[in-house]
Amino acid sequence: MNITSSKGDLFANNSKRQKWRMLNDKLAAWVVSLGGLSVIVAITLIFFYLLMVVFPLFESAEIKKLQTYSVPSAQAGDSIHYILDEQGKIGIRFTGTGKAISFYADTGKVIDEKQLVESPVTSFATAEVSSGIIAYGLEDGSAVVVKAGFTVNYTENEKIITPKYEYILGEEPIEIFTGGEAINHLTLQKNEESLILVSINPANTVRISSFEFEESMFDDEVSFEKTDYDVETLNYNPTKILIDNTQRMIFVFDEKDSVYFYDISDKDDVQLFERKSLVESGGKITDIKFAAGSFSILVGYDNGRIAQWFPVRDENNKYSLTFVREFAESNSPVVNIASEFFRKGFISINEKGELGIHHLTAHKTLLQQNIDSGKVTYLAISPRANHFIAESDDGTIQYWHITNEYPEISITSLWNKVWYEGYAEPEYIWQSSSASNEFEPKFSLVPLSFGTLKAAFYAMLVAMPLAILGAIYTAYFMSPKLRQTVKPTIEIMEALPTVILGFLAGLWFAPFLETHMPGVFSVVFLLPVFILLFAYVWYKLPHSLVGWVPEGWQPILLLPVIIFFVWVSIEVSPLLESALFGGNLPNWLNNEMGIGYDQRNAMVVGFAMGFAIIPTIFSIAEDAIFSVPKHLTTGSLALGATPWQTLIRVVILTASPGIFSAVMIGFGRAVGETMIVLMATGNTPVLDFSFFEGMRTFSANIAVEMPESEVGSTHYRVLFLAALILFMFTFMFNTIAEVVRQHLRSKYSSL
Amino acid sequence: MKNWFKSGSPWIWLSAATVSISLIMVVGLIGLIAVRGLSMYWPGQIHQMDLRTSDGKTDTVIGEVFDSEQVSKERLKDAGVIIETDKMLITRYLVKTGNRDVDAPDFRWLIADNVVGETFPKEIVVFERMEWGNLYGFIESVKEDGNLVAESTAVWPAFNERLARATKLQEDITSIEKHEIGSVNYEMERLRLKQRKLELKNKFDARAKQEIENEKTILDARYKSFQSKLASLYQQIKRDTIQVKISTGAVVDVQVGSIVRAFKPNAMGTFDKVIFYVKSIWLFVSEDPREANTEGGIFPAIFGTVMMVLIMSVIVTPFGIMAAVYLREYAKQGVVTRTIRIAVNNLAGVPSIVYGVFGLGFFVYFLGGNIDQLFFAESLPAPTFGTPGIIWASLTLAILTVPVVIVATEEGLSRVPISIRQGSLALGATKWETLWKTVLPMASPAMMTGLILAVARAAGEVAPLMLVGVVKLAPSLPLDGDFPFLHLDRKFMHLGFHIFDVGFQSPNVEAARPLVYSTAFLLVCVIIVLNLTAIAIRNRLREKYKGLDH
Repeated sequence: MNITSSKGDLFANNSKRQKWRMLNDKLAAWVVSLGGLSVIVAITLIFFYLLMVVFPLFESAEIKKLQTYSVPSAQAGDSIHYILDEQGKIGIRFTGTGKAISFYADTGKVIDEKQLVESPVTSFATAEVSSGIIAYGLEDGSAVVVKAGFTVNYTENEKIITPKYEYILGEEPIEIFTGGEAINHLTLQKNEESLILVSINPANTVRISSFEFEESMFDDEVSFEKTDYDVETLNYNPTKILIDNTQRMIFVFDEKDSVYFYDISDKDDVQLFERKSLVESGGKITDIKFAAGSFSILVGYDNGRIAQWFPVRDENNKYSLTFVREFAESNSPVVNIASEFFRKGFISINEKGELGIHHLTAHKTLLQQNIDSGKVTYLAISPRANHFIAESDDGTIQYWHITNEYPEISITSLWNKVWYEGYAEPEYIWQSSSASNEFEPKFSLVPLSFGTLKAAFYAMLVAMPLAILGAIYTAYFMSPKLRQTVKPTIEIMEALPTVILGFLAGLWFAPFLETHMPGVFSVVFLLPVFILLFAYVWYKLPHSLVGWVPEGWQPILLLPVIIFFVWVSIEVSPLLESALFGGNLPNWLNNEMGIGYDQRNAMVVGFAMGFAIIPTIFSIAEDAIFSVPKHLTTGSLALGATPWQTLIRVVILTASPGIFSAVMIGFGRAVGETMIVLMATGNTPVLDFSFFEGMRTFSANIAVEMPESEVGSTHYRVLFLAALILFMFTFMFNTIAEVVRQHLRSKYSSL
Repeated sequence: MKNWFKSGSPWIWLSAATVSISLIMVVGLIGLIAVRGLSMYWPGQIHQMDLRTSDGKTDTVIGEVFDSEQVSKERLKDAGVIIETDKMLITRYLVKTGNRDVDAPDFRWLIADNVVGETFPKEIVVFERMEWGNLYGFIESVKEDGNLVAESTAVWPAFNERLARATKLQEDITSIEKHEIGSVNYEMERLRLKQRKLELKNKFDARAKQEIENEKTILDARYKSFQSKLASLYQQIKRDTIQVKISTGAVVDVQVGSIVRAFKPNAMGTFDKVIFYVKSIWLFVSEDPREANTEGGIFPAIFGTVMMVLIMSVIVTPFGIMAAVYLREYAKQGVVTRTIRIAVNNLAGVPSIVYGVFGLGFFVYFLGGNIDQLFFAESLPAPTFGTPGIIWASLTLAILTVPVVIVATEEGLSRVPISIRQGSLALGATKWETLWKTVLPMASPAMMTGLILAVARAAGEVAPLMLVGVVKLAPSLPLDGDFPFLHLDRKFMHLGFHIFDVGFQSPNVEAARPLVYSTAFLLVCVIIVLNLTAIAIRNRLREKYKGLDH
């Protein structure tokens, strides 16, 4: 009994323990699976995260109607202009009677009304949109310039925005035409030092008034000095006049839809650059506006087109207004155009009530949507470009919200030539930031892709012959004993931090190359010849003299030979340079051949990065060749082929997929390498294949610009796009290589 | 000759040559770094050269010869140096003349032909200073509070005695400034955050206010006492000055307190030099950097690198091994596992900068930003974890190196013979017991190899770190005496980045160059040793399992 009971206990214990063990086993399976899967998920997360950050770049815009209300204090006269504040909360309506009516943009409730000018207004103009400066031309030949803006005050927990009007040239109207003729057309631009106002009277006389500001020593009051310049009496009927932001060019438009383009940089001697018809491709002009920066002119036509024109300088330094690009999404006449304040974007509306959101440099229409309004008379966009209002001729205002974060990116602007403002022709440019305010970032990925491929190309040029030939020799000819030390030695190169290679390339090799170029070139081109010569002499020497060197030890024998040759080349290099190239080869290249020379150039990168990828290619290729089944080679040799023939016809042929995959992996590594290119090139994004000049690669570009880019900005996302491209590119290359290798492995095992 | 070509022998020779070239490049590169890196601290002879100048006078230059080269006359002409000579090639020396503050520049190229006399006076002293680099010259006299205390032969011992005193004082100053005051500041900041936290929670009542005020008073008192102590130390350290005659013949006053160390290389014997050399190397690895990293040691960089690699290892080891065990032992072997395996393998080839971008976007801005919102709202808008730091750097590198660990571990697992598993299972062990007690221990060397390779890769990686946490000069180490001791949010210094920064961003590249070589040599050594260890372990492992296969 005792025995049984104890046995029962044992069983009981045992089954408890058994259960515990089983539980443990299950638990472990769970934990390991969970952990393992989470690692795999974490790794794939990289791809999806990059994609997620990049995706918004390619989204189109969206608009949402928030409110419709009737025009605030409609009795105050017809509108001539609207502005909105930063947040799009408050609007100001300017009327032809000289009133400014501020109102809540979301309800239309009037905040206050102000009479800005007393005398009847005959003309109206705005300066650069972001400045908020407007000018009234009056019937008595005088003008008033007002800066309309908003002040923000914080109370307890509220932000109070109030309109603010500032008379820049004083509240008293400034007399422009002394004879009391009305100002029919006017335009103005202001910068830190001066304000230029150009007016035309009914007799078509053009007058330029320049106001130079002087900071007063004693108080904050700004005084100014006015100078008038008479230009000429126009022999055509002007309809509109514009002056550009640099205050050097004016554009006068006439009834026949032509533009007269004047140079006013010397105001005493105003020159007519040219007269140009803006309607050669058909249609009539319906609206003319400056794009942000007051340099590009946007012209809307009655056939639905909107064209961008800007002055382009030719070789003779002569400007000509040039047609740059156009948007033609619809054929309904364009009614109104409103430019964004800080980006090269604009919105437009046509007679059908279709609102278009466009971006100039990206040459992209982000949205085309009917907003169901009557005929729109005025369109205004808020400074942050996230709200707009549209006044219709039925006396209502529609208030809309815009979501349009990244209009400047399109496939075209990333990969095609883009005609930027101020450039003579479309170009590929990467220039993400600049000190100037009016700067427009230029995100062409072409120079970077080009630089990446250029760097990788030169690296492969150096690495491929050395690594593949080296692998062939090591795997096939080298004595096994020597191979045991040579292989790890070359493979240890792979582990060398690239920052060290980059630093040596930039600080040691680049200056060395600059001063010893003839020597380096003679090593590159003459060393093979010298080695062949040595080999031939060795072959001709009697066997008794050279027989002590066993087969497969040639590399060791060649060590002193190569070192000697390199040493001699470097030693004679300055002499060669003095004798043949006037003592300074980079200068000689520049002066005699017209080839630019950067100290940190593609050659330096080629050598340094080639050095970095030799071990990668070598190691994989060597494995592939070494594992070619021995019976294939012995068979070939037995049939009377020489070792070289066997190698070419049998071994390499069999191992070629392996060598191919080695090259692919090496290329993938060269494409993504960062530190070497960062340190060994000048990092200038140029499109030049010369190996005496530098480049900028994707990876170096990311390393340089990423820390400074603002989170969530277009620049930030474009850099993520660059990373995504690198990721996909290398991943693809490596996958192809890996598949080829696996295929090869199964082939060998079947042999 | 034709036969010879036909035999293919020339091509064999050429391919043999490529192996030789590769070998020469590897050995040459490591040799170059070693020679330049190690020779930095050998006290070289100080030359006193008499130079003929263009107007027929003679100039005296004192300094170390760093380099000599042959240049063509034209190159010199392009550089603005015109020499009347028939020779095509001209030898010139790069001489480090120091004295940057009194007689700039501190590096000069001298034309060998212009050197008319050269001596090696035993009395030349090299002063390493806190600022302005080295000073070369002869000590004329030693003064205490402006009163002469030693002249001529007595100066050297008198000076050394005073230097020792000043060094001691300097140590005290550093200790107070860095540790004591640093600690007080840290406490102050914590108090401020505590108050802000209470305010955010609307719990900042009178009692809490009183408490914080009390603590503040204590800290203020402590701070004041340190301040006065510092003031007196600064007073004391200013006591001694020496008068040094430099190469131009001018005599300059030098505060003893501003000197790090002084030595007379020309008077040293070989044995002295060896001792000096070893000491210098020790200072190099144990000291903080000076003068925008171009002088002094690299201790914070070593510390930062080690710290980051350690944190990374702690993360990468368990997860890498788990993933490998899952893939090899638990997952159903099929197309999916094969695909995953290929993908993991390929991730090792994805450029490291891509990981950096991911780390910055995901870890720093997304994870870190959210952690800040949740737990560190009191210090916003100043980010705590929402900015690059050592934890994010370690995590990024963990993701970067996890494929290495997975691949190595999987290889190890696949080498464990199936018979061993079957034996264990047949004896009634569960799958987990089999794994835990037999398979994993046998595969442990492989895991070790993977980890070592991962560490080697992480230690040498720079590009991603530039985005996620490395800085050129970190004010404090990520590990110190202030609670909670390990500061995962701090930025850190790194050997690889140090090389990049000092070599490429520093204003005086010439002066910084030797330091860059030394740092590079240290890094290369660490990485080669790690790799050789990994290779050795792998080879031993292979030998071991060869026996087991039968």
